[in-house]
Amino acid sequence: MFPRRLSVFILRQTLAAYFGGLGFYMTDALDQIFVTTKQFLVAFLAGLFPPAWQPLATLLISAVVMVAAIIGVFATLFAITTVLERKGLGRMQNRHGPNRVGIPFTQIRLAGFGQPAADGIKALIKEDVVPVAADKVVHFLAPVVMVVPVILAYAVLPVGRNMVALDLDAGVLFFFAVGGAVELAVFMAGWSSRNKYALLGAMRAIAQMISYEIPLILAAVPVIMIARSLSTTGIIAAQAGQAGFLPAWFVFTPWGFAGFVLFMIAATAESNRSPFDLPEGESELVAGYFTEYSGFKFALFFLAEYLGLFVISGLAITLFLGGWHAPFPWLAWLPSWFWFFVKLLGLIFVFIWLRGTLPRLRLDQLMNFAWKFLLPLTLINLLTVAVWHYLSASGWRWAVCVLMVIVPYVALGRGLWGHRRVRKRVYRYAE
Amino acid sequence: MSIAAATNGKRHRLVPPPSPADGALGELLEISMGPQHPSTHGVFRMNLVLDGERVVKLKPVFGYLHRNHEKIAESMSYLGSMPYTDRLDYFCSLTNNWAYALAVEKLAGLQVPERAEYIRVITAELTRLQNHACLGGFLLQDMGASGTPLMYAFREREKILDLFEALTGARMMCNYMRFGGCRCDLPPGWREQAQRLVAEFPAFLDEFEALLNENEILMARTQGVGVLPASLAVNASISGPMLRASGVNYDIRKVDRYGIYDRFDFQVPLGEHGDVYDRYMVRILEMRESLKILRAALADLPEGPIMDPKARLRGFRPKPGEAYGRIEAPKGELGFYLISEGGPHPYRYRVRPPSFINLTILEDMCLGQLVADVVIILGSVDIVLGEVDR
Repeated sequence: MFPRRLSVFILRQTLAAYFGGLGFYMTDALDQIFVTTKQFLVAFLAGLFPPAWQPLATLLISAVVMVAAIIGVFATLFAITTVLERKGLGRMQNRHGPNRVGIPFTQIRLAGFGQPAADGIKALIKEDVVPVAADKVVHFLAPVVMVVPVILAYAVLPVGRNMVALDLDAGVLFFFAVGGAVELAVFMAGWSSRNKYALLGAMRAIAQMISYEIPLILAAVPVIMIARSLSTTGIIAAQAGQAGFLPAWFVFTPWGFAGFVLFMIAATAESNRSPFDLPEGESELVAGYFTEYSGFKFALFFLAEYLGLFVISGLAITLFLGGWHAPFPWLAWLPSWFWFFVKLLGLIFVFIWLRGTLPRLRLDQLMNFAWKFLLPLTLINLLTVAVWHYLSASGWRWAVCVLMVIVPYVALGRGLWGHRRVRKRVYRYAE
Repeated sequence: MSIAAATNGKRHRLVPPPSPADGALGELLEISMGPQHPSTHGVFRMNLVLDGERVVKLKPVFGYLHRNHEKIAESMSYLGSMPYTDRLDYFCSLTNNWAYALAVEKLAGLQVPERAEYIRVITAELTRLQNHACLGGFLLQDMGASGTPLMYAFREREKILDLFEALTGARMMCNYMRFGGCRCDLPPGWREQAQRLVAEFPAFLDEFEALLNENEILMARTQGVGVLPASLAVNASISGPMLRASGVNYDIRKVDRYGIYDRFDFQVPLGEHGDVYDRYMVRILEMRESLKILRAALADLPEGPIMDPKARLRGFRPKPGEAYGRIEAPKGELGFYLISEGGPHPYRYRVRPPSFINLTILEDMCLGQLVADVVIILGSVDIVLGEVDR
C-alpha cells in the first residue's frame, strides 16, 4: 500500500527508525521506499492499459521509470558535483568558488548552488558552432554516442537494496562492455572536428583509455573470483556481515585493498581526471577532443564525463566497498541508498582532491605507468587472491598476502625510480 | 663556470633537426600554437611541426603586442618614457624603472642619494620575490596543476602589491623611480609592514617547497627536459636565472655591483643540468637570497633625501653622449641604451629585454621533446609578452 501523504510518511518513518520505536519494519520501509514507489507507479500506470496488454506494458513502464530515475538522480548529482568541485577546489586554492548565483530576481543566493542552472541555460542558448570542414553527421553523433553507453552502464549498478535496474548474471561484464564504447565516441569527436588539437586529444584519449582498461578489468577480477559471481548484486551479497571488528568488505583484505587502489588509479585515467587528464590537457591541447564543440554538445561531453566518473566510482563501491551495506550493524538503520550515496560522494571528493593537488603526467610516462607498473601489479594481485583463497583463515594468511602485495609494489617502484633517474638535487652557490 | 670557459666557439644545436630523408619520421603534422592558445602566456605563437607528439621543428612568431615603444620614446621627453617602461614587463615595473633611470643617470651624471638607493634595492628585491613566486605557480599551471600553486603564489603577491600600492599609489604600473632618486618617500609604517612580510615569507617558501620540490610528477616532468648547456646559453646571450640554471655564474648584481649591491651579503645559486627543474629551483633559491638582501636593507635603511639636488625634472637635457644602463631584472639582464644629442628627448632609445633574448633559444630546447614539454619549457623561460614585443 502506498501512503497518501508522502512527506509525513517519510518524516514519521525516519523518526521511528531513529528512536527505534517501531522496530525493524519501519527501517525496512524507509530503506525500500523507492522500490515501493516504483512498484506503485508501475502498477498504477499499467492498470490504465487493457488487461491483455498489461504484461508488456508493465515491462515497458518499469523500464521507462527506472531510466527516468537514473537520468534524473545522476544528472542532479552531476549538477551538484560541478558546484561542489568548484567550491572544493576553490577552498584548496584560497578562494571561495562560485557563491553568487541563486534564485533570480531575489536576494537568495543558495551559496552558489544556482550555478548549474545558470550554466545549463547558458549552454542551451549558446550558438552551436560546427566547423565548416567538419564531418557534420559524425560531429553531431559523437556527444550522443558518448552519453548513451555511460547511462547504459548504470543499468547494472545497485544503488540500494533491491535497487538495480537490470540484475544481469554477467553484470560486471556488461559494465565493461558498454564502457568500452566510450572510446568510439571520443574518436568520433576528435576525427570529425577537423581540428589538429582535437585529433591529438582523441589520439591520446584512445591510447590512454585502452591501456588503462586492462588494469581496470584485471583489478576487478579478484573480486569476481572470490565472490564467484559476475552479478553486481551477487558481489554485494558476498560482502554482507562482519569480519572481526571490520565489515566484510573486500577492501579490508590485502588483495582487496591493493585491488581497490589499482582500480581507483585506473578509473581516474579511464574517466580522464587529473592527473591523467591528458586527452583534454588544457595547457597543451586547448580542450582536447572536444575543442570544436560548443553550447549544448559541449555540455553533453561534460555530462558524460561526470556520469562516467560516478558510474565507475559506483562500480568501485560495488566491488570493494560493500555496495550499499552500512559499515557497522548499529548503523544499518540508515537506508541502504543513503550509504551508497555517502560512499559515492566520498569517492568523488577523492577525485576533486587529486585534481587540486597533482600536476599532469606526460603521455609516455602515463603509458609506462600503465604497462610497466599497474599491469604487473594487477597480475600479481590475481596470484595473491588465489593464495588467500587456498590458505585457511589465520594470521599466516594475512602475513603472506600482505607481503605479496607490498614486495612487488616496492620492487616495481624502485625499478622505475632507478630507471628514470629522477631524484632530489643539491644546489651549489657561486663563490 | 665562467663566461670564458663556457664559450667554446660556434653555436651548436642540441639535437640535429631531423629531415624526412632520415626515414625515421612518420607523417608530419603542423600545428599553430597560439596566439589564442591557453598556455602561451599572452599572444605568443609557435608554429610546430610534429612527428606524432614529438617536435621536429618550432618557429616562434611574435610581434602581436608590438607597441612601437622604442620609437615613441625617441619623441618623448626622458621622463615621459618612464611610465612606458612600466608596461614592458608588467610584472616587474619597478625593476624596469630602475634600469631606465640608471641609464639616464649615467647619461646625465646624476648621483642617487643613499636612502633612494636602499629604497630601490628593497623594491627591486620585492619585485623579484613576487615574479619568481608567480613563475613557480605559472609553471605548475602549465603542467596541469589546476591553479593551486598559482593561487598560493598569488596570495603572497597580493601582499607585495599592497606594499607597492602604499608606496607608489599603483599596484602594477608603479612609475616610481626618477632620475637621481625616487618619486616619493616611504609612507609611515611601510618599513615595518615590509619587515613583517619579509619575516613571514619564508613560511610560504617552506610550504611551497615542501609541496612541490620533491613531487615525483613534477620531477619526472621537468628533470632532463629542455636542457640548455652552458656553452649554448652563453653563445645565445641568455641571462638571468635561465643562464645560472645552466651553471654559469653571472649575476649583474655581483658583476656590475650597481647601486649598493656590494653592501649586501648574498649568494648566487647555480644549477648544474640546465633543465626545467634547475630553472625552477634556481628561482626558488634566489628568493631565499632576496630575502637576505631585504632583511639587511630594511634594517640599515638610512635617513636622508631621496633625490639628487642637482636633478631637474623640467627642462631636462642631458649633455650629448651615450649610455647603457643594465640591471639584474627578475627575468635576466634588462638594459636601456640611450644616445643623447643634448636635446629634450633621446636620439636613440633601445631596450635589451631579457625575456625576448631568452626566448630566441626556444627551438633548440624544444627539438625532440613532446608537445607537453614545449609548454613547460616555454613556461620556464619566463616571458612577458609586453617585453618581448615592446
